Amino acid sequence: MRKHFRRFAQFTALSSLVLLSACGGAQSSGEKDANGAGKVTADIGVISYISGPGAAYGEAITNGLKLANEEINKKGEVEINLVIEDSAGKQDQALTAAQKLMNSKNVTAIIGPTLSTEMNVVGPEADLNGVPIMGTSTTAEGIPQIGEYVFRNSLPEALAIPASIDKAIEKYDAKKVAILYGNDDVFTKSGFDTMKKAAEEKGLEILTIETFQKGQSDYNAQLTKIKSLKPDLILASALYNEGAVIMDQARKMGIDVPFVGGNGFNSPEVIKIAGDAANGLIVATPWYGDKDDQKVQDFVKKYEEKYGKKPDQFAAQAYDALYILAEALKNAGDADRDAVRDALAETKDFQGILGSFSFDKDGDVVMEPTVLVIDEGKFTVFE
Amino acid sequence: MLIEQLINGITLGSIYAIVALGFTLVFGVLGIINMAHGEIFMFGAFIGVIVTSTFKGPLWLAFAAAILVTGIMGYLLERFALRPLRNKQGVSHLAPLISTIGVSILLENLSHHLFGAGNHPFNNTFAEISFQIGSITVYLVQIVIFMISVILMYTLSYWLGKTKAGKALRATAENLETASLLGVDTKKTITMTVIIASAMGGIAGILVGMAFNSVTPQMGLSIGLKGLAIIILGGMGNVKGAMAGGLILGLAETFIVVYGNSGYRDAIAFAAIIVILLVRPQGLFGQKISA
Repeated sequence: MRKHFRRFAQFTALSSLVLLSACGGAQSSGEKDANGAGKVTADIGVISYISGPGAAYGEAITNGLKLANEEINKKGEVEINLVIEDSAGKQDQALTAAQKLMNSKNVTAIIGPTLSTEMNVVGPEADLNGVPIMGTSTTAEGIPQIGEYVFRNSLPEALAIPASIDKAIEKYDAKKVAILYGNDDVFTKSGFDTMKKAAEEKGLEILTIETFQKGQSDYNAQLTKIKSLKPDLILASALYNEGAVIMDQARKMGIDVPFVGGNGFNSPEVIKIAGDAANGLIVATPWYGDKDDQKVQDFVKKYEEKYGKKPDQFAAQAYDALYILAEALKNAGDADRDAVRDALAETKDFQGILGSFSFDKDGDVVMEPTVLVIDEGKFTVFE
Repeated sequence: MLIEQLINGITLGSIYAIVALGFTLVFGVLGIINMAHGEIFMFGAFIGVIVTSTFKGPLWLAFAAAILVTGIMGYLLERFALRPLRNKQGVSHLAPLISTIGVSILLENLSHHLFGAGNHPFNNTFAEISFQIGSITVYLVQIVIFMISVILMYTLSYWLGKTKAGKALRATAENLETASLLGVDTKKTITMTVIIASAMGGIAGILVGMAFNSVTPQMGLSIGLKGLAIIILGGMGNVKGAMAGGLILGLAETFIVVYGNSGYRDAIAFAAIIVILLVRPQGLFGQKISA
């Protein structure tokens, strides 16, 4: 026994290392194109989270991009080639992918990466090389402030969360809240900071702050504690995979107060995973699939036909991002990186499926979020 | 609240214990850390999801299917990843460990392709049955999980201690060659052990699916590592130790959330394990063997 034990102890570290590196990556690469006459032709790099625990995000994002790409190329004003690389949600892999795209593939601009953590390393590198980069899902604080070449079209938490908290306070006359967040992810952590700040500004009493980790499956301990404190609202900064399970376990336990979620919590998947338990989730979103708008309905229809599921906000934001970039390419009239950056910065009142969109001076989002609530298994406008 | 948290802790601990029992069984006989055990557990959970949610089958069928599939996986694991490495000249004693790591990576990626990246809900009416005692909600699933873990522990103890097959297994664990000379079919014994351990992983997978309504391809890794920690804590290869270790870890994790900061949940639970091992290096139930 003792021999076995020692042998085991020696190799625990080794084996966990091997396991950690176990998430491999599927990669696809684009082709170089010949310059078409009279129209702007450009290679656009895409860095996305295609394999690993968050692969669902990368899948939605690349689906949205591919759909937009088809339509844009069909229109014929601009010819875009997408060169897609996998980051596996890891900073180092995202950086390697970015360097490959910028240096050997010579792309005009980059869309991605998926996570704010990745953008924090890729953004400065792109800025240094003078390559315009646009995040479609990076909502943490400070992303567009990285540099002149860094943009995003994803609604930051700092805009979305206070909007939904405001509405919830108004409707439910909430005074006491409990906060629950994932503490191992920059995205959910930044959402938590925004929630805490918003709650303090609005004079809400914070009863407790609980945390969880990605991929956890048992939240009963935290939820039982929250239940005993009887909050009026639960603010949950979680991604939808964890968030949906949290709501399911909370409802089973008899917690029936509304949840206010961040951007990552906003997905039709929540309803699919949690079912009736998802009722009462309030989120602010740039994307509302049932909006009475021809553009939105067309997009939903095409997306469903092509991929067999409803688009979420990650698909929608990616879709709009490529259109914004195409517009900038058209206005720049040339696939030159600096010209495209300047044209991007001038984007104003762009009418996409997310609504009217402009960049502010930092390259951050200017738009009005819609506040939604899940009611009877459907996202509806929260009033 | 305290009683509810106690129930939460015991439920979590029982699941850890069942996972750890599978680990401890394989280690006890073969001296191999089966790194693929967590992934086999995950497959069990997915089989449960498929039978109950996709095919709307009854729960007993889900258990039967999960036991069958994970049992077969156990057989394949033994046949193709472990047996070829046994009793061969020049094979490093590390080789079986590495080969089970390979199997675990294979299975995780396989499930990624087969089932997709997202979280799969476990829709089952059985998981909804609950009763109220005062302000406390107790789910039948929680009680069932605890019962199953206790039953498995006692059955295993009895089987190992009293039956002929169990004695053959212990003889094999003691010394493969001697047992073989004395007429024990060691090949069969080893294969059976891996199959039983895997099937127990499958059972644990379904129980987790029912209790937490959350099944993902990544769930095997963290629970696998916890299962390993538990068998070290309880004493390698010891059935009662696996049970006690599982309950200790489950309760520790839960009560750290109650009285402390949920951010330190895993850190404190594992720090406690380190302290226990410093005092009792052979584990709680392990025997001291002078080398």
